Amino acid sequence: MEFLNLAPLVLALPFAMFLIIGLFGYKMCPKFAGILGTSVFALTSIVCYGIAIQYFVANYGMEYPKEVLFNFDWLHITENLVISIGFLLDPISATMLIVISTVSLMVHIYSLGYMHGEDGFQRYYAVLSLFSFAMLGLVVATNIFQMYIFWELVGVSSFLLISFYFKKPSAVRAAKKAFIVTRFADMFFLIGILIISYYTQTFDFGILTEVIDGQVPIVHETMGGITLGGLSVISIAVFLIFLGGAGKSAMFPFHIWLPDAMEGPTPASALIHAATMVVAGVYLVARLFPVYSFEAPEVLEVIAYIGAFTSIFSAIIACAQTDIKRVLAFSTISQIAYMMVALGVSGFGGEEGLGYTASMWHLFTHAMFKALLFMGAGAIIHAVHSNEMDAMGNLRKKLPITHATFLIACLAIAGIPPFSGFFSKDEIIVAAFEANKWVFAVEYIVAGLTAFYMFRLYFRIFWFGEPDNGFEHEPHEAPSTMTIPLIVLAAITVITGICWAFGILQFSQFVSSDSLGYAIETHWSIALLSIMAGLIGICVAYFLYFKKTGRPNTVVSYIKRPYLWAYNRFYIDEIYLFITNNIIFKRICEPIAWFDRHIIDGFMNLLAWFTNSASEGTKEVQDGNVQSYAWVYIMGVIVITLVSILNYL
Amino acid sequence: MNILSLFVIIPLIMMAIIFCIKGENKSLIRVVMSVGGLALLAVSAYLTINYLKLRSGGDDSEFLFTNTPLMWFESLNIHYAVGVDGISVAMLLLSSIIVITGVFVSYAIEDKVKEYFLWFLMLSIGVFGFFISLDLFTMFLFYEVALIPMYLLIGLWGSGKKEYSAMKLTLMLMGGSAFLMVGILGIYYNSTPDGALRTFNIQEISQNVAALANSGADMSWQNIFFPLTFIGFGVLGAMFPFHTWSPDGHASAPTAVSMLHAGVLMKLGGYGCFRVAMYLMPQAASELSWIFIILTGISVVYGAFSACVQTDLKYINAYSSVSHCGLVLFALLMMNKAAMTGAILQMVSHGLMTALFFALIGMIYGRTHTRDIREMGGLMKVMPVLCVCYVIAGLASLGLPGLSGFVAEMTIFVGAFQHPDLFHRIFVILGCSSIVITAVYILRVVGKILFGPMQDPHHETLTDAVWYEKVAVFSLIFAIAAIGLCPLWLSDMISEGIENIVKIF
Amino acid sequence: MSLPLECYLVVSTLLFFIGVFGFIVRKNLISILMSIELILNAASINFIAFNRFLFPDQLEGFMYSLFIIVVAAAETAVAISIIINVYRKKKNIDVKSINELKY
Repeated sequence: MEFLNLAPLVLALPFAMFLIIGLFGYKMCPKFAGILGTSVFALTSIVCYGIAIQYFVANYGMEYPKEVLFNFDWLHITENLVISIGFLLDPISATMLIVISTVSLMVHIYSLGYMHGEDGFQRYYAVLSLFSFAMLGLVVATNIFQMYIFWELVGVSSFLLISFYFKKPSAVRAAKKAFIVTRFADMFFLIGILIISYYTQTFDFGILTEVIDGQVPIVHETMGGITLGGLSVISIAVFLIFLGGAGKSAMFPFHIWLPDAMEGPTPASALIHAATMVVAGVYLVARLFPVYSFEAPEVLEVIAYIGAFTSIFSAIIACAQTDIKRVLAFSTISQIAYMMVALGVSGFGGEEGLGYTASMWHLFTHAMFKALLFMGAGAIIHAVHSNEMDAMGNLRKKLPITHATFLIACLAIAGIPPFSGFFSKDEIIVAAFEANKWVFAVEYIVAGLTAFYMFRLYFRIFWFGEPDNGFEHEPHEAPSTMTIPLIVLAAITVITGICWAFGILQFSQFVSSDSLGYAIETHWSIALLSIMAGLIGICVAYFLYFKKTGRPNTVVSYIKRPYLWAYNRFYIDEIYLFITNNIIFKRICEPIAWFDRHIIDGFMNLLAWFTNSASEGTKEVQDGNVQSYAWVYIMGVIVITLVSILNYL
Repeated sequence: MNILSLFVIIPLIMMAIIFCIKGENKSLIRVVMSVGGLALLAVSAYLTINYLKLRSGGDDSEFLFTNTPLMWFESLNIHYAVGVDGISVAMLLLSSIIVITGVFVSYAIEDKVKEYFLWFLMLSIGVFGFFISLDLFTMFLFYEVALIPMYLLIGLWGSGKKEYSAMKLTLMLMGGSAFLMVGILGIYYNSTPDGALRTFNIQEISQNVAALANSGADMSWQNIFFPLTFIGFGVLGAMFPFHTWSPDGHASAPTAVSMLHAGVLMKLGGYGCFRVAMYLMPQAASELSWIFIILTGISVVYGAFSACVQTDLKYINAYSSVSHCGLVLFALLMMNKAAMTGAILQMVSHGLMTALFFALIGMIYGRTHTRDIREMGGLMKVMPVLCVCYVIAGLASLGLPGLSGFVAEMTIFVGAFQHPDLFHRIFVILGCSSIVITAVYILRVVGKILFGPMQDPHHETLTDAVWYEKVAVFSLIFAIAAIGLCPLWLSDMISEGIENIVKIF
Repeated sequence: MSLPLECYLVVSTLLFFIGVFGFIVRKNLISILMSIELILNAASINFIAFNRFLFPDQLEGFMYSLFIIVVAAAETAVAISIIINVYRKKKNIDVKSINELKY
């Protein structure tokens, strides 16, 4: 069966589900809507797998081509600038197809159990379908504008899912924040697109990223040498595009929306805010990687620094959070920053492009184990009805499956072999080591911190000791719809790691910066170092949180101030709040509104008042009293007579 | 008979029938209005299809469906001349959609139904007549016909400070048309070569002006009359600083009138700026556009910022209209094909979504009896249909792909950015910032009134939409989504109309 | 021996201005009516005087003054009836009190 011909289904099926469940869902029984959505998405996943596998099998060992499966014009803007909707298949989009369909399918299944009995169950599935549609459309975009279109759509489905519990003010606030912050970043993305399209007169990725002789001809020829205020236009444009990606991928300083986004239902967080949507920024940079690499290497360097800073910044914050979903959220930010760093330090072609491969590989593995972590957290929250660590402890016997899978995911993210996270993270650290020692040092520390905060979470939830007030009611393991996805994802995490370890189906054979497969040797000297960092982190966590002791508090009392800063997320949210409330609203919007009502409109009212009072002033003359008219008349006659007489004389 | 004349004749017949209906037979009047409105919609759909057929058949004359001009005032050479190009077809389609949905929304009117619909129809005649006219004077005549009923519709059926608002709106728009009159006379007296018969026909004027410019005649008269005409129409297009009638006027107007006014009447402004000011005075348009680019650029950002702190739903929407209509004029002034196509698309799209907004606000107001967003909250729970539609309208307004706003805005931004001049491009970037501010005020409202906890316990018992409200709202959403999902036919139809005009700059 | 034309004209001018003065300053409707009569009489005197001195063999001037007398009588009758009605309504005949017509 030729799966490539079925490509339109990948977009059509989820969209159709969105329409059907969205329009008629309220008439369906919730369970039916959920199962319908899930089974149709399962079909979509099969098609996605089929496409990806056929693509990789057909081209294994050769240069992977960029195949456009279909492409139709959606809107003509000018003769050259045409927005089309199409399907571009290349190694990274095929990888993303696998990631999205796997995680999304797992989330569809998981939600059947987790969301059971919620108000708006159908609405949830409709939006989930919309999100899957948008995310699939984003990764297969043939042109940068198609990407922008779906970019906005994933943003809006994220908004709708965060505000799922719309009666909760905090959820509404979080949804607004997420949408507006990412929208702000999208504006830069749009401006970047405008600049690029102005010079190159094309949106098409195939043309924009074509590499010939170590340069990207279309960009080089049309934009090379043009500067604006001392900066090259290419750098400005691609940096603006990166800012768009930074918004979606929650890079500093746009990271503030992601932790709050945890107000949404947990499976949605797993899908959108951990595995797929938040890596869109990484994907965007990877998509345009040749442009960055050849035409704007200085921007890549900036990306590496921003990534490094974000990763350590959010790792520190993650160590001090007590809400388990927030810990995971900050960990997500930190891990995505890892991917950004990998792109930032990467070169182009073969071993040089190790960072690129590592970034995509980490994207893949992270999606699996982070979705697993979130779903595990969902199962825990489901069991104890709270997000706070204080309500948990000693759950390992009560939630055995959750415990086992959670542990696997923690080991993976902490970088312990043979789990998948170890290999991907290790390659990133190797790439950083070869390119930039400072970035390497930061990433190395972050690896230790990651292990620490993840195991802090793990020990705190599953060991430590029962909460002081006991549980509200006895925690019990989640239903099988929830545990099966956990097991599947855990299996993927283990299997992909083992595959890599034994050198079978190495990821670098599939994804590389120049589309040519190559083999990676594990650099054990650096790998051992990073395993050590991970182990140290785990040991510290063990020392502090394995049993219920006063140790954590003692440590905190030594570093009281830094702890408070980290706990309060370095007050970045407060700064944002200050800027929006006190500067934008109080200093810009309100004065403008006042100006409009009082000055501009006041001027119009002044004109009206002037006309009015002029007529008030003159109307006394026309008082309707015939006697005064006669008086004026007679006087007039007399004056005229006198004047004519004098004239005559 | 010419099909275009039907747009004027059908409402006239409806007026006659309603006039003859004795007493207050509301249901009969409503039936007549609905049937007539559907007939108008059918005519415009038929017109669109035939127009596209003729075009694809290779007919490339500038205006189609023209009639033999009918002289009605000989000494000034004024004709009743009609004809349409892609732009007018789009506007006619928009107008008929808004009129029919406006009729459905007006079912809620209980007081003086007959008079209400008579004035409503008069307004529609003006609107339709304006879009089909090819004669400058006839166009102006219909323009005035559309403006006057506004005064009575707001003054009699409005709410709040309706007398003040009606007076303000009418006076400001009349002030605008005074400018306009001078502008039109200026065009009339200056556009013909010496000794030739003066004409009001748009096509002839345009040819004459082009010929004059080619022969090297003095075109400086345009520098006087272009600003006058542009401002004259700009007042109706809510251009900064002549927009202040819009918040008050919309706030006081009854729902359907707000819809018609923001949805169609404000488009008269944009259409006029383009068809009269820019098309007939291209030299001045290129020379003076920078002034108006600054003004409209201010409108775009200023309107959006003002909307952020308003507390009255209608004020928010009125300021948002200022911002969106500013974008229309802004894009027109970029004077290239793509941006102007975007401008017309934005007119259609803004017309639909602002009508949807006003319809929904009217329905919410009819139930809660307040438009203050601080007094509402959690309405999603009690009226899910209306609220979901409100969210869709909001998303359309902030430019969600798949709905019409995105298509229009992106065509404008990408098209306008192709302008070779750096000054223009910088203003485009400024304009881009409005998409963020739009998101801020839309989400503020959505978060405040639809989501969150219930503010007022009395709102617990409110009911959801009734059938005629659903018809109106769903058909508007359908139109918005249809344009948003498959924009190609509309944008091609418009851009082919633009092509004839853009080549004269 | 007869008086010269100027004497008649002086009398009629005085009479006219007395009438105008009365018409402008008096508030009583009857007085205003009387003032109007004075003005009319001034005109009559002018007609007769001019006829007598300029065109002694014609009669148009006398005819006109007769007309004036007749019209004045009719006018007075109408005016008096209006005034009586005003008095019935307002219980006074002050000109200031009847100003509704201007609204």
